[in-house]
Amino acid sequence: MAQTVLMVGTRKGLFLLESDDRRDWRMRGPFCDGWPIYHAIYDEASGTLFAAAASEWHGAGVWRSSDLGETWEFSGEGLVYDDAGELKINKVASLAAAHGRLYVGAESVGLFESRDGGKTFSVVSTLDGAPGREGWNDPENQPPGHLGLSAIIPDADDAEKLRVIVQGNSIFDTDDGGKTWAPRNVGLRRDWPAPPNPEVGFCVHKLAPSPVDKQRWYQQNHVGTWRSDDGGGTWNEITEGLPSEFGFACAAHPHDRDTFYTVPLDPMHTRTMHEGRASVWRTRDAGSSWQRLGNGLPDHDAHLGVLREGMVADGRDDFGLYFGTSTGQVFASVDEGESWSELAGYLPAISSVRVATIG
Amino acid sequence: MPDVHLPSTLRPLFAGLPRRLDVEAATVGDALAELDRRWPGLRDRLCEPGPSSRLALRRHIHVYVDGERGDLDTAVADRSRLDVIAAISGG
Repeated sequence: MAQTVLMVGTRKGLFLLESDDRRDWRMRGPFCDGWPIYHAIYDEASGTLFAAAASEWHGAGVWRSSDLGETWEFSGEGLVYDDAGELKINKVASLAAAHGRLYVGAESVGLFESRDGGKTFSVVSTLDGAPGREGWNDPENQPPGHLGLSAIIPDADDAEKLRVIVQGNSIFDTDDGGKTWAPRNVGLRRDWPAPPNPEVGFCVHKLAPSPVDKQRWYQQNHVGTWRSDDGGGTWNEITEGLPSEFGFACAAHPHDRDTFYTVPLDPMHTRTMHEGRASVWRTRDAGSSWQRLGNGLPDHDAHLGVLREGMVADGRDDFGLYFGTSTGQVFASVDEGESWSELAGYLPAISSVRVATIG
Repeated sequence: MPDVHLPSTLRPLFAGLPRRLDVEAATVGDALAELDRRWPGLRDRLCEPGPSSRLALRRHIHVYVDGERGDLDTAVADRSRLDVIAAISGG
């Protein structure tokens, strides 16, 4: 029987939630010695769990387990810049596995890879020459959170093609394995003055490509919810009907390109769900209309936030949708968001929720 | 040989690393280099490139030689005690 494994990265280590039927769940953890975990993934090809971590004491690196969390090893070997101290690895914030490589996104902004299953790393690119590059590692320009390269989305077919997000700056594409980078922000808006090169200077929180249509992408931005019908070449705003333009986490339906989920948040300092009502919002028509989904979620006095990697869908036919909050709850729906149940209530602050179906 | 005391937070990272061991060294930096030779990668968990790429202790790692705060250049004597501390930080 297939097992569903949720990887929940928290401020105090990685937790695994496991279930055979997605009704009864078992929890294990904390793993990774309680280090803050910013992102954790399961690489199906190698059967390895990877967790991006950064310790206040011992720096940044990647924990890995090839036995579903029974044993763990850590490596930061090669996660270093060799440019006379200008750049420093403060955090590793994002992971992706594809084409036999493990990619790691870091702050200061850089992309690393491992070709030996996470034992050693080497720098792929610090995005030199990309617009905005000259200023984004200046501490004065750092957005809160300091995630640097906050997302990596490899192309499923072409190992030379990657899409990344530089936090608070831009989407960038490379089609030559990281030698050159092109911004992909056409159509987006900003609420602040444009930088010298107006092609960048956007605050892209999360990208959600449709698994069934390579041209269809969704995006939750600092200002607005967006859809692309041309693979990210241009973006169209679909915010109307949502309670706010601000949010972090979002997820695309695994089988229907027109269905998409996002979690609007109050954009002020609270950055929690509106009116204390826990809610996920869904469109079934690619953003023309929205429905609030809250059945089973706390309906009052629930001031919950969800960070950018905090929501995910599994790929099963009757797919599951999961999100984790910055106050340590994990919720799940196995009916497309119509109803929700709480899987965990007392975890440390959650940074990341990913899912794997194993077996 | 100097008597080196290491923080407990290092042990999960390096198989067989004790909390306390004797290390042949003339300075703190030498001691950490010797530990790195025996447990590759250990020094990176305590040090990072500082100004001009010169290795420096990480921000929240402190060392004390015979009870006095030191740095990588601090000399250690044959009977010195070297404490490496993961300083109080965060919550």
